[in-house]
Order: sequence, then C-alpha cells, then structure tokens
Amino acid sequence: MTHPAQPSRSPKPSSTLWQKHQVFEKNSIILVIGILVAISIGGLVEVLPLFYLKSTIEKVDGIRPLSPLELSGRNIYLREGCYNCHSQMIRPLRDEVERYGHYSLAAESMYDHPFQWGSKRTGPDLARVGAKYSDDWHRDHLRNPRSVVPASIMPGYPWLEQTPLDIAHIGDNMAVLAVEGVPYTPEMVAAAISDAKTQGSADDAATPAFAGRYPKAINRDLGGNVGRLTEADALIAYLQLLGTQVDFKLYDDKANIR
Amino acid sequence: MQDNAAKPANDKKASVGTTGHEWDGIQELNTPLPRWWLWTLYATIIWAFAYWIAYPAIPLVSSFTKGALGWSSREAVVADVRDLQTLRGPMTAKIEATSLAEIESTPELLSFARAQGAAAFAVNCSTCHGAGAQGAKGYPNLNDDDWLWGGTVDAIHLTLQHGIRWDADKDTRASMMPAFGRDGILKPNEISATADYVRSLSDLPVEKGADLALGATVFAANCAACHGEKGEGLQDVGAPKLNDKIWLYGSDKALLIERMTLGGGGVMPAWSARLDAPTVKSLAVYVHTLGGGQ
Repeated sequence: MTHPAQPSRSPKPSSTLWQKHQVFEKNSIILVIGILVAISIGGLVEVLPLFYLKSTIEKVDGIRPLSPLELSGRNIYLREGCYNCHSQMIRPLRDEVERYGHYSLAAESMYDHPFQWGSKRTGPDLARVGAKYSDDWHRDHLRNPRSVVPASIMPGYPWLEQTPLDIAHIGDNMAVLAVEGVPYTPEMVAAAISDAKTQGSADDAATPAFAGRYPKAINRDLGGNVGRLTEADALIAYLQLLGTQVDFKLYDDKANIR
Repeated sequence: MQDNAAKPANDKKASVGTTGHEWDGIQELNTPLPRWWLWTLYATIIWAFAYWIAYPAIPLVSSFTKGALGWSSREAVVADVRDLQTLRGPMTAKIEATSLAEIESTPELLSFARAQGAAAFAVNCSTCHGAGAQGAKGYPNLNDDDWLWGGTVDAIHLTLQHGIRWDADKDTRASMMPAFGRDGILKPNEISATADYVRSLSDLPVEKGADLALGATVFAANCAACHGEKGEGLQDVGAPKLNDKIWLYGSDKALLIERMTLGGGGVMPAWSARLDAPTVKSLAVYVHTLGGGQ
C-alpha cells in the first residue's frame, strides 16, 4: 500500500540540533542509555563529593562506635520502627536549634549503618534526647507513653522490659560493622557480651576496661531488675547516648570548613 | 459532526505539519510546545546558572565553589540565633545580672522570666512534670506546697542547675533510699506493717489486723532518720513528707511496699548542662510562681 505524498512534513529540516532528540525518542535502547547517563552524572556530582570533601567528612572529637549494649538497643530501635515517627537530625534552622540544641553533625552518625536521620516527625526529633530525661522516665514512657505525656499518640512497648535481651550474636554484628568501616577492634568484638552485661549493671570491677573501650558510656543499672538485661535496658542505653558524644563547648564549627 | 471535527485538524496540519509518522492513515501533528511553557523552561535554566554563581554549588577536587553571596547554612543559623539573642539581649542581660528575689519583685522582669520559663518548661520539663506542672506518678506536682528539695526560689534554682541524683553533675542533689526489700534489710512482714503504719500517719485506713506497733518500731529504726519521726520529711535529703496526704508514687499499700522494696528515688537531669544560665533562672522563677513557691 502506498501512502499519499506528504506535502505537510515538518517544515523544519530534521537535521537541525533541535531535532536530534528524535534519535532518543525513536530508539528505546538509546533512550535507556541516555537516561542512565543523565542520572549517573547527577548522582556522581551530588553524591561523590560527599565522600572526599573535607567539610563533609569532618573529624569531630568524642565520637566513638556504639557499645554492644547501645548497639543492641539500636537494633531494637530499628526492629520496632522508631524511625517511622522519629527523626535523628536537627537541621541548621533557628527554631530547631532553639528547641532541640546544636544542629546535628555528619560525624555524629558516621558509624550508623544505616543512619537514622529520617524526615518524618510524628514524634519529636531524638538526635539529642540523650541525658534529657531519666532512665525511669524512659521506662515509664516506653511502657505506656500516656502515663507521662497524656496527649501522646505513641504506642506503648510494654514487652520490651519483659523480654530478656538477646546478645548472643552482638559480637558478630560488631564484626560485620567493622567490615563496613566502624572501628571495632577484635578485642572489642571478643569482649562484646561481657561488655554488654557490664554496662547494664553497676559492676565496678569490670568498669575500667569497659570505660577504656567506650569512653563516657553510661554504666549503671538501667532498670529495677538487677542482674537481668532486658530489651528496654538496651534501648534506654542507646537513647541516653544520642547526641551526647560531642562536647559543643569545645566544638569549633569553623575548624573544618574549607 | 465528523466533518466539523476533522476540519480544524486539517487546518492545523497545514500550519504545523506532521512528524512524518503514519500508521494506517493516522498521522501525528508536530505541534510546537506552547511558547509560555518554553520560555518558562528557558527562564529556569538561566535561574539555575545564576544560582550556581550565587550559592555554593559545584564540587571541586578538594573544595567546592562557595558562591558569590558567601552563604553557608551553618553561618546562616548562627546569624539567626545571634539576631534572636540580640532581640532578647537587654532583658536576658538583666535576668542574668539580677538576683532571683529581685526578678520576682520587678514586674517587667517577672513577666519576661515567666514567659521564657513557660516556653522552656513546655519543651524540657512538661514531659515528666506535665504540661500544667501537675506531675505524674514518680514525678512531683510543682503547683502544690509540698517540696522534696525545698520550695524557695533559690532551692528550686539549685535543683534545676544540678539536677537530682544526676551522676554527671558533681553538685547534684543526692540521696538514696535503701532497697529494704530487695536487699533483704527488712522482712516482708516488717515492710507490710511499716506500709500500714505510714498510711496511718496521714489518717488513711489500714488493713484489718495491721501490726502498727511493729510498723512504728521499724519506722523509727529505719525510716525516721530521713523521713522524720512523725513522717514530716527532710528537705536536706529530699525525703518526702509522709504525713500530708500528698503522695509521689501513690498511697496504695501495694505502692508503698513497692517503694520500700526497691528504694532509690527519682532522677532529674542537671539543666545547666543543657540550657543557658538565664533560661535556668527564668525556669526557677516560673516554677516558683506557679502557686506553691515558698
């Protein structure tokens, strides 16, 4: 079948630069390659510099890897989906700084895999919740948030303080994180279980070695149940650490900008 | 109808042409993009170039372009907070320089301190003490006349600064009720009798057959040193009054037994580590003027 002549073909000749996009539009493989190239350039330009620019990977004093108990608590934080309602990221905005404290530094989540910055705040930001409330408050609040904050819509997590903490594999967890670049030493991995038990009690004899490995870690009985580690103990140890590692009286926000 | 619909299309075909595609007699018009849309696109592209020049944008080998305006998010927030402090500055300086008693007797300073205190209370204190400072089980009501560590404005200020049983602050208010039950200091029947005796101190009904004599003996030997012989409490060690019908954990016998079993006491953070000095002063004034201040 022959078509009639096409007198009304595009008035502009198809060889101009403005018509070249037809090559992409008419050939799906070339289009896919074009999309990949465009996205790759965007990704590389935006993401890659964050791995080498000094100002985005600043070293800040005081940041240490999580202790085994805190890491267990973080795992429970992830398991229970706390990140669905709580961010851990104080943005550099006046009102946030006024309410929550110093804006978050990249270094404060450098050992988080994955980080918990988040962007959804059904509940308040938790980046600096550490040392803001007592352990008892966290215990009451996790059991039934309404008992201390009547208007709270947070669900209760009463089973956390009844469930014994499973720390059998916390050393393996640390070993895997070490592969990812968290500076856990073989010594830390080997002592993981005993360190977790030490931190959850007030066992003075083992404290110096533990404190050497994890400076400034809280080391106290975290609940009313002496000698027994629960999931709530671990979660509270983690929450009480959040945002407390950097001493902002000493931190110089200009030192690392270049 | 069909003719009417077809006609404009043919007109358009004459003016814009087709793309050259044809399937079974169906051709595709090569209608250009609307001019307004195209020019908006060009404008955004020009805007992007201007933005690149004005703001930090392009990553380089060891640095990045800082932008002609020299803007940085860190400096922006520091400037914003500085502006805020400048705005509050004169009043904040007065709060800092004035004694607590004087702040309360100067209406202008009092209203500022109360407003600042109310804001800080809502963010930092209400989670435990309640939005209206009404307290909760284990967290004292701050409106009433019952004070654990003292209800004068200076005592409240000291408590706020250094916290209660807050290990990180060496000047914290500290005392620890022994875990009479858990640590085996008292036998269960002694604890039970003492709980009844403590209830009797504020004229609450006691259980039938309660051994108040044993309770009184145990109380005198173990509790009176801090809580007073008649349960009048001792603010030096934060020991609550037990004879005034105001209860920190509740007046149920079971709750009293629980407290005697576990011992310990409430913990409050040292707020001088988290808030600046004028804010802590304002908080002290706010709490003192809630109604129960002494």
